[in-house]
Amino acid sequence: MGMDFTFTEDQLSFVDAVRGMLSQEVTPERIRARWDTDTGVDTEFMTQVAELGVMGMLIPETLGGLGLGATDFVMLAQACGEMAVPEPIVEQVLVVAPLLTDILERGLGGDSLQAMVDDLISGQMTVAVSHPINPFINFGDRSNWVLAGQGEEVCLVARDAVALASKKSVDPSRRLFEAELDNANATPLASGDVGADLWRRTLNRGALATAAQLVGLAEAMVAQSVRYTSDRAQFGRAIGTNQAVKHLLADVAVQIEYAKPVVYRAAYTVEVSPSRADFAVSHAKVAASRAALLAARHCIQVHGAMGYTWECDLQIWVKRAWALAREWGDEGFHKNRIHEWLLQSNALLGPEFTFGRRTLTDTVAA
Amino acid sequence: MNLGYSDSQQAFREEVRDWLKAHVPAQALPSFDTEEGFEAHRAWERTLAEGNWGMVTWPEAYGGRGCDLIEWLIFEEEYYRAGAPLRVNQNGIFLLGPTLMEYGTEEQKARFIPAMASGDEIWAQAWSEPNAGSDMAAIRCSATRDGDDFVINGQKIWSTRAVFADWGFGLFRTDPDSERHHGLSKILVPLNADGVTVRPIRQLNGLPGFAEIFFDDVRVPAFNVLGGEGEGWRIAMATAGFERGLMLRSPARFQQAAKRLVRLYREHTQDLLDPSVEDAVLRCYMDAEAYALSTYQTASKLVGGGSIGPEASCNKIFWSELDLLIHETAMKLLGARGELEPATPSELQELGPWLDGFLFAQSGPIYAGTNEIQRNIIAERMLGMPRK
Repeated sequence: MGMDFTFTEDQLSFVDAVRGMLSQEVTPERIRARWDTDTGVDTEFMTQVAELGVMGMLIPETLGGLGLGATDFVMLAQACGEMAVPEPIVEQVLVVAPLLTDILERGLGGDSLQAMVDDLISGQMTVAVSHPINPFINFGDRSNWVLAGQGEEVCLVARDAVALASKKSVDPSRRLFEAELDNANATPLASGDVGADLWRRTLNRGALATAAQLVGLAEAMVAQSVRYTSDRAQFGRAIGTNQAVKHLLADVAVQIEYAKPVVYRAAYTVEVSPSRADFAVSHAKVAASRAALLAARHCIQVHGAMGYTWECDLQIWVKRAWALAREWGDEGFHKNRIHEWLLQSNALLGPEFTFGRRTLTDTVAA
Repeated sequence: MNLGYSDSQQAFREEVRDWLKAHVPAQALPSFDTEEGFEAHRAWERTLAEGNWGMVTWPEAYGGRGCDLIEWLIFEEEYYRAGAPLRVNQNGIFLLGPTLMEYGTEEQKARFIPAMASGDEIWAQAWSEPNAGSDMAAIRCSATRDGDDFVINGQKIWSTRAVFADWGFGLFRTDPDSERHHGLSKILVPLNADGVTVRPIRQLNGLPGFAEIFFDDVRVPAFNVLGGEGEGWRIAMATAGFERGLMLRSPARFQQAAKRLVRLYREHTQDLLDPSVEDAVLRCYMDAEAYALSTYQTASKLVGGGSIGPEASCNKIFWSELDLLIHETAMKLLGARGELEPATPSELQELGPWLDGFLFAQSGPIYAGTNEIQRNIIAERMLGMPRK
C-alpha cells in the first residue's frame, strides 16, 4: 500500500456519530451549569460517552477495549475541543488508558490495574496521571489512584496517600489540584530506562491530546466569530463585511489549515513509531497552540466589547485554549525539543524525509 | 492512513534520483531572465524531455509518465534535493498544461502539449492589464472575430517570462458588449506574430523578468481559443486554482530552502545573533514541513477521487509568507555581508543564493492574486463571511 494521507470512511463516520452526540449534550448552558457544581463533571454524560465505546478505543481487545489507534481517535479529540467538553475524556482515552496498557503489557502491574482499565472503559475516572511536566492534575479529586513519579520513577499511589490542594484555573471548567505524594505509600512500577520510556511516551500522548483539542477549539472560535460578525451591524451593515475583520479571521483559518495535517501526522507517528514521535508531536503542539492562541486573540477582537464579557460564550473556548496551550509542555519545552533535533549534525533534513526514515514501511491497518 | 511509501514509490524515487544525479548541471545555470540563461534553461527542458521527465503526470503519449500526484510530489522532492534548475516553462507545464489537459480538444493537446514538454515552446502568462490587476474581470484587451480568425487589440502587463518566451496565454474580451467576467475567452498567442510588441520591464533585481505586451491587430486562428468562446473566466479560474493550489509552488522548494537555512544557522550559532533568529529557523523548518504534509493530504484526497475545496485558498498565503520568513532569516544570519551581490565563486560559496531568493520572495505575496485578495477569498468562500 502506498502513501495515503486520508482517513477511512469508518473513521469519518464514527467521528460524525460521536460529534453529533457531543453537540447535543455539551452546550454552553450545560458547560456553565457544571461551573456551579462541586465536581465540575457530568457523570451521566461520561456514561453516555462510554456506551458509545469511546473510552476504551485505544485499549487492546485482550484487555477489554476496541484495540484502535491514535489515528482513529485524533479527530474525536479535535471534536472534544470543538465542543469544549469539560470532562477529561481525551486525556483518559489518549493518555491514561495507553499508560495503563503499557504497564500491563510489560508485566509491570497486576490485577488491580486491569480493574482500573475496566473502570476507565465504563467511563469512571479511577486513575489520574501526574506527569512530571505538569504542575497540576486536572480533576485529580475524581480518581482513586494516581500514576506519578519523578525522573525515571513511575509509581502507583492511592489517592488517600496524596495530599491534593485545590487550585483555581482561569478556565472555570478545569478543576486543578496540586499533588503532594507520600512516597512511603507509593508502589514502584518502573524505573531506569523503562520508566523514562513510559514517561516519554506519556508526554507525547499528552501533548498530542492537547494539540488535537486546540485545533478543534480554534475552529469553534472562528465559527462563532463568523456568526457574530455576520449578525452584528454597524454603519448600517454587518461588521463582517469589513476587510479588516475578514482578514483577522482569515489569518486564523490559515494557521488552522496548516496545523491539522501536522496533528494528524503526529497521531500517526505516535501510533506507528512511538519511539521516534518526539519531533512530530512537538511540531503538532507548537502549530496547534499557535493557531488556537491566535484564534483566541483575534476572535475576542472581532467580538468587540462583547468579547470581553463573562456573558459571551466565547470565553469558554478562549480560556480552554490558554490552558491547554501550556499543558503537557508549553511552547518553550516543545520548541527546545525541535531545536535540539534540528541542530544534530546527523538529523535527516530535507524534502525526502517528511515522513521520517525513508525506509519507513510500517502501516496502520485500515 | 499510511504515511509510508510503497516499494514502487520507493523505486520511482530511486529512479528519479539516479537520473538527476547523472544529468543535473554541475554549475548553476545563469538566471532565466537573461537571454543566455533562458536558452540554457530551455536546453535543460530538452534534457528533461529526452528522459521523459518533463511533466511526469502527463500521459505517456504526451511525453509524460502517467504518474499520480504522490509520484509527482516524490519527483519534486528529488528535483529540489538535487538542486536542479528552476523550470523556465513553469507557466506552461504547471498552469497552462493542466488546463489544456482538462479543457483542450484532442487537436489542441496534440498541437501544444508535446512542444511544451520538449521545451521547444516556452510559455508566458498574459493575465494582467494596466487597469485589470487584482480586478481581473476589468479586462479590456479585445479579440474580435473575423472569419476563422480573432483579431486582438490592447495591452497586457506583468507578463512573466514574456521577454524571451515563444507563446503567451491570457484572457481577452471576445464579446464587445460584455461586462465583467462575461464574454471573455482564453486565447493562446504566438509572441512572434505580426503586431505583437513586447517591452521588457526590469524587476527589482534589475533583470527583465516580465514585460508589457502590446497587441496591434494581431491575428490568431480560432483554433487557439481554449475551452470555447466566452468560457474564459471559468477556464481562468481553473488555472488560478492550479497556480494557487498544488502545482506552482511544490513544497519541496521550501523544504530544501529550510534545510539550507538550518545549515546556515548551524554555521552561525557562535555569532551574536538577533534572538528571534532561533525561533524563526524552527518555524521555517516546521512550516515548510506543514506545507508538505498539507499537500500530501490534498494529493491523497485527489488520488482517491476527491476534489480540492475552498481551503486551498489558504496555501498561497502560507507559502509566500514562509518564503519571506526563510529569506529574511537568512539575511539576518548573513548580517552586514548579506547585502553583497556575489560576484566571484568564493563569494557565491560564502553567501549562497540567499540575496536572489530574498528579492524574489518580495513578489510572493503579490503575484497569483495578492495575499489581501486571498484573505477576502478565504473569509468569504471558505468561512462564509458576508460580501456586502
